[in-house]
Amino acid sequence: MAVLLVADHDNANLNETTAKTLAAAVKISPEVDILVLGSGAKAVADQAAKLSGVRKVLLGDSPALGKAVAEAVEAAVLPLMANYDALVVPSTSAGKNFAPRVAAKLDVSQVSDVVDVLGPKTFTRPIYAGNALETVEASDAKLVITVRPTAFKPAPEGGSAAVESIAVAAPTGGARFVSEEVVKSDRPELGAAKIVVSGGRALGSAEEFKAVIEPLADKLGAAVGASRAAVDAGYAPNDYQVGQTGKVVAPDLYVAIGISGAIQHLAGMKDSKVIVAINKDADAPIFAIADYGLVADYKTAVPELMSALG
Amino acid sequence: MNPFDEIAVEEAVRMKEKGLAEEVVAVSVGVAQAQETIRTALAIGADRGILLQTDSDLEPLAAAKALKALVDEEKPDLVIMGKQAIDGDNNAVGQMLAALLGWPQATFASKIEVSGKTAKVTREVDGGLQTLEVDLPAVITVDLRLNEPRYASLPNIMKAKKKPIDIRPLDSLGLDLKPRMKVVKVSEPPKRAGGIKVASAQELVAKLKTEAGVL
Repeated sequence: MAVLLVADHDNANLNETTAKTLAAAVKISPEVDILVLGSGAKAVADQAAKLSGVRKVLLGDSPALGKAVAEAVEAAVLPLMANYDALVVPSTSAGKNFAPRVAAKLDVSQVSDVVDVLGPKTFTRPIYAGNALETVEASDAKLVITVRPTAFKPAPEGGSAAVESIAVAAPTGGARFVSEEVVKSDRPELGAAKIVVSGGRALGSAEEFKAVIEPLADKLGAAVGASRAAVDAGYAPNDYQVGQTGKVVAPDLYVAIGISGAIQHLAGMKDSKVIVAINKDADAPIFAIADYGLVADYKTAVPELMSALG
Repeated sequence: MNPFDEIAVEEAVRMKEKGLAEEVVAVSVGVAQAQETIRTALAIGADRGILLQTDSDLEPLAAAKALKALVDEEKPDLVIMGKQAIDGDNNAVGQMLAALLGWPQATFASKIEVSGKTAKVTREVDGGLQTLEVDLPAVITVDLRLNEPRYASLPNIMKAKKKPIDIRPLDSLGLDLKPRMKVVKVSEPPKRAGGIKVASAQELVAKLKTEAGVL
């Protein structure tokens, strides 16, 4: 059984989600090839080749794939699937965007957001915002799977797979990239950070969010997250959102400040190793899942925390 | 109604109010009670409804095939829908529908500007925001921050009762909608044991250093 894994990257660096997805893919089959689609992405292919457990790396390089729309990725992946039994994709916003297109064209179901691989065709995935886990057995001849990267430890380095360039046609099918607004930050990436500091609606304004959450995050070397309520209110940008419909994170330490703990937020962070909650409402649901709860107003608690951290 | 779908209906109705759309058709695939969900869409301002009725629990691929059959018949210029269901959380039907139709897609939309034969769509992606331009017809799936759906007014709720809903058995389409996955089991995720309350920030830092070992 051969597996094709589509790498997640920014044309310069391989995202860690790829190594995590590889850890899931090798549980399906030992024959895993990584496909790097991009523009000027040779360095990414070389990084992928170093991952342990990779059979070979396919590099499809084309200017049309630099900021690839889903239609182009689908067109590049689909013909390759003649040689593979399974397509495995990290469930990032890019993966979620194109993988269902490939599944539909192959006339197969997609197993979405896999958190455990129990056998070559048996998978566990969360439903109802993670309030239940469903184990499914796929019956399609070919599989299309998206993997929740935070559920897997990254495959280590130590491989030395060959990189093979392939010709790719990537017609964009009526969709065109126009622009993007990506905030460059020195902080760790939210999905991969060891520590995440998140702020909620209690912060009350974008200025307060910045003044309270960011210095604490920087002191801890943490990524910054936010609840949906804080993002909806405009206190934090959309890419900070942690939850059912935002990012799913599972850091070693998650610090929730002024977050009440709605179910959809818990769905995005309840697999964190250690959870700290600071909230002045002692009845906030977040305390039910927090390892350490501090019932206090963030206005006094966060400065005290900053000084206690030294 | 799924909150994402409600946002999609609101956006479609706004397009009609701005003169960008002539008619809004609210469609659903599901059990007889889904008529009530369609009725809610009619109260927001959709013109008519279609329900493909079935008691089967459909996988995203089957739902996409059923919707494709409706799109082939209705020939809309735009299909707009929520980005994901909130039970299965698959986030797949819109993309599958676009692929089956051979139409471009713009998923996770937080802003939509239609002009002539194209739509400019701002999307919420992992790194921030991305803007695409898609030729119409297209499939757009919407995210939470696209708009704030209105509350249907009493007169509009009354008016919605008179709007037509065409109910057809899904079986009549003659599609292959068999499930491709077997649910082996549904289990509860491991529960987190509640932790302890600390009295101060100093105690918290001490616990994180010594007990939890994460600092």
